[in-house]
Amino acid sequence: MGLLSRLIKWARIKSPWILHLNTGGCNACDIEVLATLMPRFDVERFGIILMGSPRHADVLVCTGPITKQMKPRFRKLYEQVPDPKFVMAVGNCACTGGVFKGCYGIEGGIDTAIPVDIYVPGCPPKPEAIIDGVAKLLAKLQNL
Amino acid sequence: MSRNIIPIGPQHPALHEPEHFQIIVEGETVVDVKPRIGYVHRGIEKALENRTYIQGAFLVERVCGICSNAHQCTFMMAAEEAGGIEVSEKAQFIRTIVAELERIHSHLLWLGAAGLEIGFETLFMYVWRDREVVMDLLEAISGNRVNYAMNILGGVRRDISPELADKIRKGLDYLEERTNYYKKLCLEESTIHKRTEDIGVLDPVTGVKLGAVGPTIRASGVKFDVRKNDPHLKYDEADFELITWDTCDTFGRVVVRVLETIESIKIIRWCLDHMPKKGDIMPEKLIRRVPEGEAYSRFEAQRGELVYYLKSNGTDKPYRVKIRTPTMANILSLAEILKGCYIADVPIALASIDPCFSCEDRVTFVDIEKGKTWTWTREELRKYSREFNEREKRW
Ligand code: SF4
Repeated sequence: MGLLSRLIKWARIKSPWILHLNTGGCNACDIEVLATLMPRFDVERFGIILMGSPRHADVLVCTGPITKQMKPRFRKLYEQVPDPKFVMAVGNCACTGGVFKGCYGIEGGIDTAIPVDIYVPGCPPKPEAIIDGVAKLLAKLQNL
Repeated sequence: MSRNIIPIGPQHPALHEPEHFQIIVEGETVVDVKPRIGYVHRGIEKALENRTYIQGAFLVERVCGICSNAHQCTFMMAAEEAGGIEVSEKAQFIRTIVAELERIHSHLLWLGAAGLEIGFETLFMYVWRDREVVMDLLEAISGNRVNYAMNILGGVRRDISPELADKIRKGLDYLEERTNYYKKLCLEESTIHKRTEDIGVLDPVTGVKLGAVGPTIRASGVKFDVRKNDPHLKYDEADFELITWDTCDTFGRVVVRVLETIESIKIIRWCLDHMPKKGDIMPEKLIRRVPEGEAYSRFEAQRGELVYYLKSNGTDKPYRVKIRTPTMANILSLAEILKGCYIADVPIALASIDPCFSCEDRVTFVDIEKGKTWTWTREELRKYSREFNEREKRW
């Protein structure tokens, strides 16, 4: 592996920037994702920063099922994230549609619209579970 | 002056759900707002018709994760009233305690988020750290941090033991001390004053006309709180004050929420002291069917009045459920609140009603006259907001 690619890999693992996106969930997962970034759980120590724009992000953290209204917009957003991109589905309904399965307004889990790398189940998952997901994602980056 | 349209949303990275606003501006000043809602439409009301009351209880909780107990409790209250189901005294007390703990968690969450909007990140971090105390208490009571699933038909699922009550009291002592500190901070700190005073003004007459509810209308000096006007649960006996503030602006909304947190702590203490030691918390046999009937139940959720209409037909599934959430009631006033604001103040004014959506992720500016379009992220908007305020010496 060349020096440059080693450097890039090192930088990618040390500072994965995330974009947090709610695609139609109930907010609970969002506040847990946010709580994970806050002083008590503090995943910022892994170099993770919440970004405002998809163009700055490496990892897309998605919560909630895909609603019919959001699907086209969500695809567009996904396309804006630069390669290589990773997707983390947080919460049961991001994984499979969860409690909303069968509602006419939703399509299903995140993976009905885009490929997903890490699934974090729970409704909502506890911050510990989200941190576990983050650690698995970092391991995945390592083996890239 | 030329009129420009700023579409905000529907993606938003930090909090809440996707939503879209068209903000029409003249120069720096907002002249009109057109909300476009429905990105999170999932079809919950229809889905409730196909689920039993027990399944439905878990679904309504997920209308909004932050007010989850309010939703579930109102749904159960509606079903109980429609079917004439009795709820034991102790269960009522436990419901009140959970409802108030939830209010504390939500108000603190909002206070932190508001701190972030005005560029006061220390406040954000402090408040969210203290909020973990409430989360721990809720977890100790219900077993989950956010969606508590405490209510069942005719009662609650878990009891509060004397040891747990002591733990709650201890947690409340800490929270009271911290909230008093935030109260002092909000009333005296000039960052908060300068960024929130006279911003997002909603006069009481317009507010009432447009049907605003909750802290939004109470900050305009209107005494409207379901807990006082049409008491449910144990609020008719509990000793607390109805908080109002008469500045009608965003500052008022900050203060009302902080003061309400202190009142909530009082209510929980009162409930713990007066809760019957013995007694059932749920009916002996799980109730599955609700006799035929109709009910309309009101609940003071954190963001305002929450309304459920329920019609039952004697089976184990409701015939029709209609939900009116507080943000829905406040969205009309939001247009009034934003009118006359500077663009830089839009994030905090928007946040001031504590919307259950709000999304300023991607802001596209369209200059109609020049036909030019450019895009700002929420971060850029926030940055612009800070720079603008520094330039204008408004800190
Ligand atoms: S997984 Fe559960 S808590 Fe998370 S957004 Fe979906 S319904 Fe809400």
